[in-house]
Amino acid sequence: MGDSSVSHRVLREHFGINTKENQKVIALAGNPNVGKSTVFNALTGLRQHTGNWPGKTVDNAQGIFTYKNNSFLIVDLPGTYSILARTVEEEIARDFICFGQPDVTIVVLDATSLERNLNLALQVMEITSRVVICLNLIDEAKKKNISIDYAGLEQELGVPVVPTAAREGIGLEDLKEEVYQVGLGFKKVQPRKTHYSPEIEEALAALIPKIQDLGWGEFLNPRWIALRFLDGDEKLIDNIVRHLSLKAGQSLNSEVEIAL
Amino acid sequence: MQGAKPKNKSQITLSQIKEGSACTIAELHLEGLLRRRIMDLGFVPGTAVQCVRKGPTGDPIAYTVRGTTIALRKEDAAKINVFMA
Amino acid sequence: MNNTIIGHNLLIELKREAQKKRLAGGNIYADKIVSDIFTNAEDIVHKNVVRKDKQINWSQKADNILTSKITGYPIMLLTLGAILWITISGANVPSAILADVLFRFQDVLTGIFMYLGAPDWLHGVLVLGAYRSLAWVVSVMLPPMAIFFPLFTLLEDLGYLPRVSFNLDHIFKKAKACGKQSLTMCMGFGCNAAGVISCRIIDSPRERLIAILTNNFVPCNGRFPTLIAIGMIFGAGNLALHLQSAAVAGIITGMILIGIAVTFIVSWTLSRTLLKGEASSMVLELPPYRRPKILAVLYRSFIDRTIFVLRRAVLVALPAGAITWLVSNVYVGEISILAHTANFLDPVALAIGLDGFILLAFILGLPANEIVFPILIMSYLSSGYMIELDSLTDLQILLVNNGWTWLTALCTMLFCLLHWPCATTLLTALKETGSKKWSFLTFLIPTGVAFLVCFIVAQSARLLGLAP
Ligand SMILES: Nc1nc2c(ncn2[C@@H]2O[C@H](COP(=O)(O)OP(=O)(O)OP(=O)(O)O)[C@@H](O)[C@H]2O)c(=O)[nH]1
Ligand SMILES: [Mg+2]
Repeated sequence: MGDSSVSHRVLREHFGINTKENQKVIALAGNPNVGKSTVFNALTGLRQHTGNWPGKTVDNAQGIFTYKNNSFLIVDLPGTYSILARTVEEEIARDFICFGQPDVTIVVLDATSLERNLNLALQVMEITSRVVICLNLIDEAKKKNISIDYAGLEQELGVPVVPTAAREGIGLEDLKEEVYQVGLGFKKVQPRKTHYSPEIEEALAALIPKIQDLGWGEFLNPRWIALRFLDGDEKLIDNIVRHLSLKAGQSLNSEVEIAL
Repeated sequence: MQGAKPKNKSQITLSQIKEGSACTIAELHLEGLLRRRIMDLGFVPGTAVQCVRKGPTGDPIAYTVRGTTIALRKEDAAKINVFMA
Repeated sequence: MNNTIIGHNLLIELKREAQKKRLAGGNIYADKIVSDIFTNAEDIVHKNVVRKDKQINWSQKADNILTSKITGYPIMLLTLGAILWITISGANVPSAILADVLFRFQDVLTGIFMYLGAPDWLHGVLVLGAYRSLAWVVSVMLPPMAIFFPLFTLLEDLGYLPRVSFNLDHIFKKAKACGKQSLTMCMGFGCNAAGVISCRIIDSPRERLIAILTNNFVPCNGRFPTLIAIGMIFGAGNLALHLQSAAVAGIITGMILIGIAVTFIVSWTLSRTLLKGEASSMVLELPPYRRPKILAVLYRSFIDRTIFVLRRAVLVALPAGAITWLVSNVYVGEISILAHTANFLDPVALAIGLDGFILLAFILGLPANEIVFPILIMSYLSSGYMIELDSLTDLQILLVNNGWTWLTALCTMLFCLLHWPCATTLLTALKETGSKKWSFLTFLIPTGVAFLVCFIVAQSARLLGLAP
């Protein structure tokens, strides 16, 4: 077993997640009220609270599903508009995506208000490249005469885009397939890089090499960390340090164990 | 003096927009968490916003922004400057 | 070791450099980053999404009516009244059938016990205590709740709840609280513990505490049916059958309105005393209405609620019934332990329009509100007026024989609505607030309010000569 999977496990246990051998961890992120819990329920057969108002899910719920003989542990996160801000739910969601090291993060988007929803998707794609987009509520979008070029969107974003109507059970098999492909590493994804204004890009260029010196790079995307330095999210940076020491401490212990 | 800043002349606050009319976000005078939250909802400078309805006493006020409907309290909306469309 | 120190220094240096850059740039990076991401999003949408000519916007049209200055409030009230009316008129028949079946089965059980020659006390504990209180909980609680919640879930799925928040926010603002508190109150109908957890949607810690402290003024699943049953017995007994449901629905709507009014008053007071502070902001998304899958929602939520009620009945009503039977049948001197305690409580209880048994039932109901009514029935039964009791009419006779007047009924309903939260809710409050002080106040405030309100009502009624 590789060193990285040991440290992954430590971090996950920190979030109350105990995975079995070879079990993949899937995070379910998205704006409030886009149907995350509906997707979760459809995949796991569980009964998380759903309803048409933002903010129903306030804590991480876990469930399991199997696909092609692989077991997946899926975590239903609270809905968030962003993973930059500082409310409790946003922190729960953000910390899990950053430090819980999910094998795949499904970002559920509301097809009827893509612009707002993409804000979050683009943020998540800066943290991790293993993203699958679940473009939900396509039935509502059809009703509103909104037509979306799915293939174009997929090409643009560089990650799989699966159109679904979770409540009607449409598209969920495709979603599982993409999660399987990305989660087991069969499909390599190349998320679109968000372009920033020149002044920000300049500042980033100066900061990124230094972050690489810090040695955080193999753990988190340096560009993303540099952005957090720029918007002054001190709390997050302390959080990174804390989680890193958690990880480091544990790998040290396990090395000792192996030596003995 | 006034001519020096022509762009400020037509600025009013979001709370002054009438039901049914549209405007463009100019600048936000909000702070902290609320500023972040509102920006994450898509109220960033240059964004088109429409006032769709007011609550029973004129407060809160619902706006459409980027295809979604968001209700804000009057005092908060008063801290967002906009250009009339 | 060395490594971490170097890392630490690097980190401090980095933080400093980033700050320098931020200040040099006029501290606009944070805003700029958000704006830039949206520019990217706009670009992507522009390339891949086409919004064809606008259709009629049903959500807007519906909101014109549902959040209008003129019709907004009446519709809210009518909707609540209508749901209650359907609940009450729909629950009558199944309640009667369930009672019939379950109490008939009690006779079967008694037969078996007699056949086996089981000792009296065993029959008492298991059948007259445990089974009978289970039967009461199931027949009184299950039908109304299995009708109310599916209907409520329909409203929730439709997207009506955020509109309620929108309509009520300005009142909450006057109380210096958050409009989203009404969402947490809606969750409180199902279970106050769930209501307390849902308070996390309120961003301001002060306003969240207010919502937690007042959530209990919404009658939960365990108290609702008690209100309905008492309303049925005393509010509508003499009316023609077809008017009964409407009258009871009116009474219960009134009770809920009282609960809401108390919520406002307590929130208002807290904001000016213990939890001083200004109303902060509220950002509320109003999602478009979505047509629920009506049959699927009704069916699923019916099953969910049935399981919920049955589970609680088995978990709490069975043991509580057994214990209550014991304490009401173990005698110290002339009367049972239960009666001793009730007598002890009597003076206080009478002052607030109840009697010792009622107050004791509420106290014993601390683990779960569902068991208050069965405990009360059992304690009256053991004090002797009648043995058989298997319908609402019998119940009325039992209560009247035990000295109930309209005032007892009213005060019991008020006490039920306002009194301390159940143990689970208190524990949840402890977990959510992380503070013993606030969890204690979650207990103390409703308790104080319940005693105060019942005292005023009872004493005024007596002073005015309206009741004995
Ligand atoms: N028409 C339609 N409705 C859907 C679909 N998926 C979910 N819904 C409905 O959308 C509403 C919100 O769904 P949830 O699953 O509760 O949303 P969520 O993302 O978990 O929300 P939060 O936990 O509040 O962040 C519910 O009323 C669902 O029934 C869909 O594909 N089509
Ligand atoms: Mg959810």
